[in-house]
Amino acid sequence: MSEQRQVVVLGSGPAGLTAAIYTARANLKPLVLEGEPSSTSDQPGGQLMLTTEIENFPGFVEGIEGPELMARMRDQAKRFGADFHTRKATRVDLSAPPFKIWTGEASGAAPDVVATSLIIATGAQSLMLGVPGENRLLGHGLSTCATCDGFFFREQDVAVVGGGDSAIEEALFLTRFVRSVTIVHRRAELRASKIMQERAFSNEKISFRWNSVVTELLGESKLTGVALHDLSTAEDSILEVSGVFVAIGHAPSTAVFNGQLELRENGYIQTYGGTRTSVEGVFACGDVQDDTYRQAITAAGSGCSAAIDLERWLDVQEHS
Amino acid sequence: MSNGIVKLTDATFDEHVMLADVPVLVDFWADWCGPCKMIAPVLEELATEKQGLLQIAKLDIDENLDVTRRFEVMSIPTLILFKGGELRTRIVGARGKAQLLQEIEEYL
Repeated sequence: MSEQRQVVVLGSGPAGLTAAIYTARANLKPLVLEGEPSSTSDQPGGQLMLTTEIENFPGFVEGIEGPELMARMRDQAKRFGADFHTRKATRVDLSAPPFKIWTGEASGAAPDVVATSLIIATGAQSLMLGVPGENRLLGHGLSTCATCDGFFFREQDVAVVGGGDSAIEEALFLTRFVRSVTIVHRRAELRASKIMQERAFSNEKISFRWNSVVTELLGESKLTGVALHDLSTAEDSILEVSGVFVAIGHAPSTAVFNGQLELRENGYIQTYGGTRTSVEGVFACGDVQDDTYRQAITAAGSGCSAAIDLERWLDVQEHS
Repeated sequence: MSNGIVKLTDATFDEHVMLADVPVLVDFWADWCGPCKMIAPVLEELATEKQGLLQIAKLDIDENLDVTRRFEVMSIPTLILFKGGELRTRIVGARGKAQLLQEIEEYL
């Protein structure tokens, strides 16, 4: 038997949970499919679950831990009546309302949930390097979670790949444990915010390999180093490290919507006049439709917009 | 611990895992690890559902470095399934319940 809902929210990062808070307070009894445990950013709570201190979320003068902020948003949504299932959508049918959602094995049988309206807040997933050695060395020196695994690299030399805020945050976090961090970045300058850059440049444990990309992870049963290619000189070299942390950016989690919703060329969901998608009754918010700002606060803001857009849409449906 | 989940230490590991009659799934975890907290409820459900077929055990890596090093755990959560005193499969990173079951089923 399919569960019937007026509002279903897919995803539980700042966008999904803000949408849940607003729709719950509008007495719409939202169901949040919050995702399933994983060690990448694709998990309940989203990308912030793998971060430490968040210093730029307004209202938290002294900063707040990412997981703590997400736990609070979740509790707040629950307080107003949002329901949560720790599952993720594996298949959707948006061809005609009500929308059908399958979780778990996406077989042909009846959908698990049927929804009058839908808010998509599935966010973005961290990109992997896609180089040889990756599968073999995951968990043996290659890590997707610096906050989980920094502990294992006490007094060792490690590399962080990437040049954005996440990469710098990971590098700074790792300096609590390791002997040295080499930041490997494909450009000659960082994308990270000025304050993060200054912290990285003034940290004695951090050094840089500019204009460089990782071409292979080395080591049989344990990581021993990474092969680097310098894009400016075309030289190849080996950097000896026992740990590699990857923070090279994100791609929107839109695979299940392919062919059912209009996506932009880069895979992000196309929205119109706020958070409306190409399908009436389906709204998108947060990083799944934002390739520009990608901040916790902008995700939360667009989650609020999606909830309001949805409420107005439901109103019109009921009165027509 | 609830549901018959065993809390392991360096001292009790061999007795509870290597000498066990049923397969044992050992969760290498630590208090500071977010994904470890997320799979805790999954493991509790499994412990109840698979009672008698599978023993779930937890090892806090922060306090038990010997066993952690012995199995070369360098990432948490890591789940290792032991059967008949041998390491059968190693799962690195958190998983949902359905996927976790799929990965260990053939050893039960």
